[in-house]
Amino acid sequence: MPVDDVVASTDVEPADVKPIVEMRGITIEFPGVKALDGVDFTLRAGEIHCLMGENGAGKSTLIKALTGVYAIDSGSITVGGSPKSFRSTADAQRAGISTVYQEVNLCTNLSVGENVMLGHEVRTAAGIDWRATHREASRHLQNLGVDIDTRSGLFSHSIAIQQLIAISRAMVTDSTVLILDEPTSSLDRAEVDQLFSVIRALRDRGVAILFVTHFLDQVYELSDTITVLRNGALVGEYPAADLPRSELIAKMIGRELADLTAISSSSKREIDRDATPLLKATSLGKKGVLEPADLDVYEGEVVGIAGLLGSGRTELARLVYGADRADTGRVEKRGVLARITAPRHAIDHRIAFSSEDRRAEGIVGDLTVAENIILGIQARRGWLRRVSKAETDALVAEYIDALGVRPADPNRPVRNLSGGNQQKVLLARWLATAPELIILDEPTRGIDVGAKADIQRKVAELSAKGLSVIFISSEIEEVVRLAQRIIVMRDRRKIGELESHDIDVDDVIDYIAHEAQETVA
Amino acid sequence: MKNIVRHTVFWPVVALVALLLVNTIARPTFAKIVIQNGQLYGTPIEILRNSAPLMLVALGMTIVIATRGIDLSVGAMMAVSGSVALTIIDSSPTPEAPGVIALAIGAGVLATLLFGTWNGFLVSVLGIQPIIATLVLMLAGRGIALLITGGFITTVNSAPYKFISQGYVLGFPFAFFVSILAVTVVVLIQRKTALGMLTEAVGINPEASRLAGVRSRGIIWGAYAASGVLAGFAGILYSSNIMAADANAAGNLIELDAILAVVLGGTSLMGGKFSIAGTVIGVFTIQTLRSTIVFLGVPPPVSPVFLAGVVIVVVAVRSQLVRQTAARWFRAIRSTVRPLNSKVTS
Repeated sequence: MPVDDVVASTDVEPADVKPIVEMRGITIEFPGVKALDGVDFTLRAGEIHCLMGENGAGKSTLIKALTGVYAIDSGSITVGGSPKSFRSTADAQRAGISTVYQEVNLCTNLSVGENVMLGHEVRTAAGIDWRATHREASRHLQNLGVDIDTRSGLFSHSIAIQQLIAISRAMVTDSTVLILDEPTSSLDRAEVDQLFSVIRALRDRGVAILFVTHFLDQVYELSDTITVLRNGALVGEYPAADLPRSELIAKMIGRELADLTAISSSSKREIDRDATPLLKATSLGKKGVLEPADLDVYEGEVVGIAGLLGSGRTELARLVYGADRADTGRVEKRGVLARITAPRHAIDHRIAFSSEDRRAEGIVGDLTVAENIILGIQARRGWLRRVSKAETDALVAEYIDALGVRPADPNRPVRNLSGGNQQKVLLARWLATAPELIILDEPTRGIDVGAKADIQRKVAELSAKGLSVIFISSEIEEVVRLAQRIIVMRDRRKIGELESHDIDVDDVIDYIAHEAQETVA
Repeated sequence: MKNIVRHTVFWPVVALVALLLVNTIARPTFAKIVIQNGQLYGTPIEILRNSAPLMLVALGMTIVIATRGIDLSVGAMMAVSGSVALTIIDSSPTPEAPGVIALAIGAGVLATLLFGTWNGFLVSVLGIQPIIATLVLMLAGRGIALLITGGFITTVNSAPYKFISQGYVLGFPFAFFVSILAVTVVVLIQRKTALGMLTEAVGINPEASRLAGVRSRGIIWGAYAASGVLAGFAGILYSSNIMAADANAAGNLIELDAILAVVLGGTSLMGGKFSIAGTVIGVFTIQTLRSTIVFLGVPPPVSPVFLAGVVIVVVAVRSQLVRQTAARWFRAIRSTVRPLNSKVTS
């Protein structure tokens, strides 16, 4: 770097606020949509900066502009004082910008060490020195407090460890900017704590961290600065300490926060449990997956399943639906034995299941919104009886309107929609099949406050009309708000049931913790 | 305009039209069609006639590829259906009788239906990778065909059978009508029912489709069976053209032409969205290219190189990178030109 540059920059900037990334007037247009409209964004060394906004606010687009995925139509990006024009992600990486995505993008078939050092292996004249490479990888991992065998396969580690491996990988390239896009959405509390301590350590070393999450608690726990976007435009940048939570939400959704307390009356609703249950599963289990568990769902009831990730909550749902085959237990529907060994059978029994993995097990990305919505009905009817054009149009229009899918364009490929809107499309797919029981596994994961409220409201509304719901969520607050009864799970077994009339989140957490202690003792 | 450019078959059509133009300019006789005895003759007519077997095979290949699969055994299946059909005609005392011809065609196609069903079983039930599953019959199929003909090239004389490939109806080759019929039937089955959409869903995201209740096993199985039936008819057309069952030459390497036709037509080998119209254009493109090579007098030993060169150009046009670079150049050129005609643009 030329000497006069250094002098100039120290003259202009105070030492404690040194912007590493400056984005000015960023505009990105897609056919028919202005995804970003003149957005300014500043990221400083040694800060954790949260980017907040609803689905479609432009968060992902801004990140993709910064990481070189999208070319900007106008505006400027400056990194470390010099103007940049990124044409590819490699350009951005060379400028010191690394990204760790929600879905970890590492090579599962390679070893941990190979993943960390990929492209930066220690080379000698004779080729790659694997021993030194692994030693180097190990050093980088230990810097983050991760002590694992670098020769083990990546696949053998949990998502949480894989996240940390991805971060070490970013550190190998001496990144000055680290972007974390929804890194915590599949982690449990202990894993989140570990990740956060790593993030704080990196900040203290002077790395600029851009953090995107939908968990408001985590925003306040971690961030120094918050930038809010709405509809592709900048709302403002605020120190986290000066922005109360209610104000943040108001800025994000741009209207008064939908009154979620109205929904909470749902949990107070009385359910007639003298009748035959709609669904009665008795000691349903699968070896190595779930210890036999009982589950009753009555008509119009919302049964919540609370538990940490890996507690068996998803596994139970999958066995009920026939996505996996149970090897013990029986299921009765309205008192009659139901043999459910495949999703098709469950659908024939009017049971619907929306998976927690929206992208891999939910949407069919290249098909349109309309096709995704009618897929469930069409599958049920078989290929010979096509859902007619008129019928499709009517159904799709009805559900796009009822659930508020945006953009309200039935012919757009569903992969171009934001997460919350994809979730609404999936909900529409299942509601269109007129189910009697719908199993929703993490329907609000990774989606914004507005869409979350929409979906919760819809669940409360439908159950009041007689639809039975099994509601699974890692946000216990949500479960308590919606469900009349909560099944608590831990370590792949059901540990109890709670009536949610007069309990709160802490009661559920205590219950899980208390049970844990008892098992230990 | 933008919508037209973005349409799946836009670039395939451009490639085909360009190829036809080059031919017409280089050789004015190319587009010349003459009428003799009420029948049309000329290079374009020959292309329509000769493309029929590839058309049938490529249609089946399109559906199989849409399910994320591939069918390498189509050429071998052509050999089998031809062998079965000609062996039946050969052993019949009345090779001209319509009943015998119908039986021969029926038996030939039934044989390849069984082959296709076997492929489908391996892929959809046993979960074997399509390329391996169909490789089995690609290798074994020709052996079976040779077994059927007893190791000989069976030749027959049967006017009605010969008509299938060489006859004319309403001035056009009968084989062309077979193509049209096959395309129509496939389009009707795929697009007028929900099969096309469900096939795409299975090809794009098999697990999401399964959880949505789609019977993906049946859909995949059916795709291979359909490919078998279509390859069977293609084998009948081929053997009718030479009036012989040549187990080694019949449909030799046609699987590669078929895959190429599908790709030229804009259907991705990754499965999912497929375009029948694109495949039809792809088939005509390949057939026109073959005719061009003959006409230009490209020596047979180097003709594959010529073919490869053209294919690279056609495929490169659709590459994201090439297009973006071209768009950038275009923008750069336009922005340097803009000051001159700024009034027009503003």
